[in-house]
Amino acid sequence: MRLLVKGGRVIDPEAGLDEVLDILIENGKIVSVASGIPAKGIPARVGAGAGAGTGTGAGGGAGIETVDEVVDASGMIVTPGLVDMHVHLREPGREDEETIETGTAAAAAGGFTSIACMPNTTPPLDTGAFVEAVRMRAARAGLVNVFPVGAITKGLAGEELAEIGELRDAGVVGLSDDGRSVMNAEVMRRAMEYAQMFDLPVIPHCEDTNLTAGGVMNEGYMSTVLGLKGMSPAAEEAMVARDIILAELTGARLHITHVSTAGSVRLIRDAKRRGVRVTADATPHHFTLTDEAVRTYDTNTKMNPPLRTREDVEAIRMGLADGTIDAIASDHAPHTFEEKDVEYDNAPFGIIGLETSLPLALTELVGGGYLPLGELIRRMSSNPARILGLGDKKAGIVAGADADLTVIDVKREFTVDINEFRSLSRNSPFGGRRLKGQAFATIVGGRVVFKRWVAV
Amino acid sequence: MPLKSKDVLGLEDLSVEEIELILQTAEPCKQIFTRDIKKLPTLRGKTMVNLFYEPSTRTRTSFELAGKWMSADVTNIATASSSVVKGESLKDTARTLEALGANIIVIRHQMAGAPHVIARCVKASVINAGDGMHEHPTQGLLDLYTIREHKGRIAGLKVVIIGDILHSRVAKSNIWGLTKLGAEVTVCGPPTLIPQGIERMGVNVEYDLDVALRGADVVNILRIQLERQKKGLFPTIREYSRLYGVNAKRLRAARPDILVMHPGPANLGVEITGDVAEGVRSVIHEQVTNGVAVRMALLYLLSGGGASGEIAG
Ligand SMILES: [Zn+2]
Ligand SMILES: [Zn+2]
Repeated sequence: MRLLVKGGRVIDPEAGLDEVLDILIENGKIVSVASGIPAKGIPARVGAGAGAGTGTGAGGGAGIETVDEVVDASGMIVTPGLVDMHVHLREPGREDEETIETGTAAAAAGGFTSIACMPNTTPPLDTGAFVEAVRMRAARAGLVNVFPVGAITKGLAGEELAEIGELRDAGVVGLSDDGRSVMNAEVMRRAMEYAQMFDLPVIPHCEDTNLTAGGVMNEGYMSTVLGLKGMSPAAEEAMVARDIILAELTGARLHITHVSTAGSVRLIRDAKRRGVRVTADATPHHFTLTDEAVRTYDTNTKMNPPLRTREDVEAIRMGLADGTIDAIASDHAPHTFEEKDVEYDNAPFGIIGLETSLPLALTELVGGGYLPLGELIRRMSSNPARILGLGDKKAGIVAGADADLTVIDVKREFTVDINEFRSLSRNSPFGGRRLKGQAFATIVGGRVVFKRWVAV
Repeated sequence: MPLKSKDVLGLEDLSVEEIELILQTAEPCKQIFTRDIKKLPTLRGKTMVNLFYEPSTRTRTSFELAGKWMSADVTNIATASSSVVKGESLKDTARTLEALGANIIVIRHQMAGAPHVIARCVKASVINAGDGMHEHPTQGLLDLYTIREHKGRIAGLKVVIIGDILHSRVAKSNIWGLTKLGAEVTVCGPPTLIPQGIERMGVNVEYDLDVALRGADVVNILRIQLERQKKGLFPTIREYSRLYGVNAKRLRAARPDILVMHPGPANLGVEITGDVAEGVRSVIHEQVTNGVAVRMALLYLLSGGGASGEIAG
């Protein structure tokens, strides 16, 4: 199986690439990155010494061979496969909200070649067997790479450590009790100490739940006006500060996910300056929307952490701009229409994001002048891949790497139509929003798993 | 329609002109109280449903009387006792009520925004009779009416609202209405009961009651929910009463013609002493009467009534 991605502007910030090139893929690996690789047939040895795109001949010296498939990427950009490091797939347990099959289809449509799925399923991913089951089902779905995140504590109860060694052997790429906060600092300290021997990142959901009890939105002027119970930014910041201190104490690798407040950004920036091993991600909704969006009591504005103020949104954007925030992750959290079609207080937290993440990032961050295109790609591919330890085989456009690529039409303007989502759920506040830039094709392991307008 | 929206969900949404119109329309409505036969034909053939998810005899009865005196067919639904509502979503219930012919739905709900959910899915007019910690617009309107009746104006008055501002929808509606009409509003209570960002609604915050009362024209005393103390929002009822209880001695700091208001029912001896509640400056009972007049005015305007002069005829 040979695939040729032809004529795209290839951008790989890690490899220092930004030029129009062709990419030849064979048996799931990139074999050549060069200009002018012919579509119909290729020479046995290509690109020797041809700029950045050196490749080894795949088939020996047997003259002309044909390419099985060509993706015409002219006018588009081709990037290392995008990685979403914070996704809820809901399987097992809530297959009415999302399944591994629909979730990975949504990921592919969003341009992601790899996703990390959170362990708060039913049952939670707190044993090796459950992790392996998810990986097997993901392999059977056969769309994008799924890397499970294992639980920090048994049953996500925040009390006893899960068997982290077994989880690691089963293939988890990080540890999190996401959806719940590990309130007990002693438990968190032991988790960090223990995780360190496997070099697994600890990815806490930072929320002091005593401070947020009953809260449904950001605490501030809007919660006062709307009469909804607020969740103070301090509830997030207190835990970010605590976990930074514990990471400093233990030397563990700490990754703060879904950073939502200006104070958290400040804490992380200071910690990085001190040399603490901390990384962070932020979601598209937290760098796009403010708590003003709650005004209509639309339950698709209810998420945790909640939408914050204009100042917080600006701080997140600046945190992305200066590198304090390493990655963009969607926190894709599917819920059925019926679950969300209730009073604001009664609705579950969370929105889907896999299919709007890239367009929002391109529109708001690149379009808004906060990040150059190459930097955005770094935040959505190599950085999350590095944090999760996915290795050099992912998220790089070099010969020998896994052929995980995203072809992006940065000029395409479109209106978000929630009925077009591949996700099983529709809980997005972005329906009807005008955005610019979208994935055109997603290639995983040398296979085109998604192409816009043509479902594969 | 003389009001811009088919619904009245909060005083935040109403313009100064709309508020003035409602208050003016309430005046002739109040005249009906002095009549032997308290009945106007205005809403004949219209159906009004009082949908109460939270018990409140006072507000429900007030709406019920307002509807009946305007000749509407009035139905009360209390969720605890009704099979119409059991197991149905808010939207289903609203659509059912509309299918049964409701023209006006009055809703009281423990959750903020519930009236908005209903208003969006029915053609009937929806009146918010109190939603969680959000708003209680008819209470706000009756308070405005009562103040204006006694003071002749709202603009320039110093109004103090005392107590649990955090959980009070009455406070919120009062603040919107009073500031729109030009009053100077101060909220007063312990910091644990003052919500974040309240200053941005255009009010002063004062923790010392004696300072707050200095030169005040109106004091509106909120009911303290005794269960808040158990949640640790203030140490004891006794301490609350000592710091924020309104008594005759404290009132001496205010203007001698101060108006004492309370949305009721009052915890006598806690947020207000009995002598003040029943004293000459108290208009607590009048507030109840004015509530019916204001609600009649709203029903009249929402059902297509025009200028305020027509109603008395
Ligand atoms: Zn979380
Ligand atoms: Zn999450």
